[in-house]
Amino acid sequence: MKIHEYQGKDLLRAAGVAVPRGIVVRSPEEAEAAFGELGGELVVVKSQIHAGGRGKGRFVEEPEQPGVVLVRSAQEAREHATRMLGNTLVTIQTGPEGKTVQTLFVEEGLDIARELYLGIVIDRETSSPVLITSTEGGMAIEEVAAETPEKIFNEPFDVVDGLSAERAAVVGESLGLEGESLEDAVELLPALCRFFVESDCSLTEINPLVVTGSGQLLCLDSKMSFDDNAMFRHESFEELRDLNEEDPAEVRAGEAGLSYVNLDGNIGCLVNGAGLAMSTMDLIKLHGGEPANFLDVGGGADVDAVTEAFRIILDDSNVQAILVNIFGGIMQCDTIVEALLGAYENVGITVPLVVRLEGTNVELAREMLEGSDRDIISATDLTDAAQKVVATLGA
Amino acid sequence: MSILVNEETKVICQGITGRAGLFHSQQCREYGTPMVGGVTPGKGGTEIDGFAVYDTVTAAVAATGANTSMLFVPPRFCAGAILEAAEAGIELIIVITEGVPVLDMVRVRKQIDAMDNCRLVGPNCPGVITPGVAKIGIMPGYIHSTGSVGLVSRSGTLTYEAAWQLGNVGLGQSTCVGIGGDPVNGTNFIDVLELFQADEQTEAILMIGEIGGNAEEQAAAYIEATVTKPVAAFIAGATAPPGKRMGHAGAIISGGSGTAADKIAALRAAGVEVAESPADMGEALKRAIERAGV
Repeated sequence: MKIHEYQGKDLLRAAGVAVPRGIVVRSPEEAEAAFGELGGELVVVKSQIHAGGRGKGRFVEEPEQPGVVLVRSAQEAREHATRMLGNTLVTIQTGPEGKTVQTLFVEEGLDIARELYLGIVIDRETSSPVLITSTEGGMAIEEVAAETPEKIFNEPFDVVDGLSAERAAVVGESLGLEGESLEDAVELLPALCRFFVESDCSLTEINPLVVTGSGQLLCLDSKMSFDDNAMFRHESFEELRDLNEEDPAEVRAGEAGLSYVNLDGNIGCLVNGAGLAMSTMDLIKLHGGEPANFLDVGGGADVDAVTEAFRIILDDSNVQAILVNIFGGIMQCDTIVEALLGAYENVGITVPLVVRLEGTNVELAREMLEGSDRDIISATDLTDAAQKVVATLGA
Repeated sequence: MSILVNEETKVICQGITGRAGLFHSQQCREYGTPMVGGVTPGKGGTEIDGFAVYDTVTAAVAATGANTSMLFVPPRFCAGAILEAAEAGIELIIVITEGVPVLDMVRVRKQIDAMDNCRLVGPNCPGVITPGVAKIGIMPGYIHSTGSVGLVSRSGTLTYEAAWQLGNVGLGQSTCVGIGGDPVNGTNFIDVLELFQADEQTEAILMIGEIGGNAEEQAAAYIEATVTKPVAAFIAGATAPPGKRMGHAGAIISGGSGTAADKIAALRAAGVEVAESPADMGEALKRAIERAGV
């Protein structure tokens, strides 16, 4: 689960991490008022969407308007907010369709001396959380890693003991911090590492982490995502979820216990197992087709869940054919066929349907298919299935 | 011989009184796996469909001599159950459960790695099968036949597909190991490759990876340096969009790394026969074997 910058900063502040003062606004009037409340000299107005690259991003409806702006008067704050709220921001991370901005975060302007990078992730190789820092703040860390890897410092830390003050000081020194800034780092870095572990984050990224003119260290941005599997111990995070930022079909699928990702093609896929579902997409592409989705019904799905899967696939107006590819293990082939035949009645399948079944209860499932008078195309193996479903589009 | 399971294997199921735990314990027993009982806290002393149930793994080990455990424990209790098994002296812990928090696995790995003689497989995996000997997991038994191919995979159903294709080209398996689709797991590709390389019964290896992380690239380096047996591979997710989790928690392309193209290139450079299509996994291994034979 991802959250907005302002929500991340609220959590950081509560965890004792220094962040600038800011106010969440949802109207131009609120933006105007926020300017005064934050000192009335200089503020930054920031679009709140779940994607990076906002500063360089522009609005579809207001092509000159950036997603993040520096503002020097209340009037200006109001004007920018008017051009941002309700409009569609396109950044390098949103895709061409962009995202609607419904919330702005107005933050005090700071005297910035240096911009650093900080990220915390779990390193799969060492099975350990790792604090990644760099002197090159404000840039995409992937580019820094590719071009100047010597400017990136990796500091693994123990999941139980956290990051020690001694190691925090070493990291701070590699970043060129000294005096008050270094003292700040010795507090801030361990606090962020603790926050990462205690909140079950999968990513905590502060880009940039800034040093102010007076030497103070502050989190100027915050990008966070949490491990969905750990949400049972963070019930309060549920209210941070912004469904406007998620694909409605993916949300619906999640509620039914299905794993679904919407794609651009026209061949709907219904598969059991993530690996097989990915492979089915690959296979369709290999045979000249374009998958409309990734959909893993999982092992424990019942007839209702599989029926919902058909509904979600068919609600996508791009879908012109469906490929059902099942290798029954826990999932029984007859469950799929029962749902499939039911879907003709309850959902109304109007596009060609190609079915490839193997595994648990496959004989029974095949008999059920043969006994029905539905126009279902059977496939014997993966290649046959892909060729047949692609062929239905050419006809 | 095969790997991970042998004549000494005695299996308990943690979470045996749950629906999935019981169903698959029955399936494993039917296959011929030496299932000696199960564990569910609070239900010790009872019996379920002929399986003796114990409160703790320690009690189960004392009563049955079990050395292997298959876990169907719900995600939030899973880390505790794994550590309980490890502390009770279980040598092979196979975790089927999907949805264990990543940081729980980080904590578990820290403790298990410090122990001798304890191997963890999974979580979020189909388990381990040595055809004709023992099935410890959720894979359908009938698609597997005895033979000389070692199969290792991050996926579940795609492994079934691979085993089925191997059968269609007349290749049985020594052992099939599902290592699971999570970002932090126990046994990895290299661990299994090492076991297959040392195993006399295993003559060729089929490896199935997917997008996310760099375990396949590391495996490729290991194969190049150490594995002398023919190896074929398939990588799922060549068409997956970046930044989207494709079902498995570990299957995500992030920051431009973890792509199928990188993995395929690394494997090819290591001399591995890579299947372009998921329909070509069985044939690809056949080609690898033929190539090695010339």
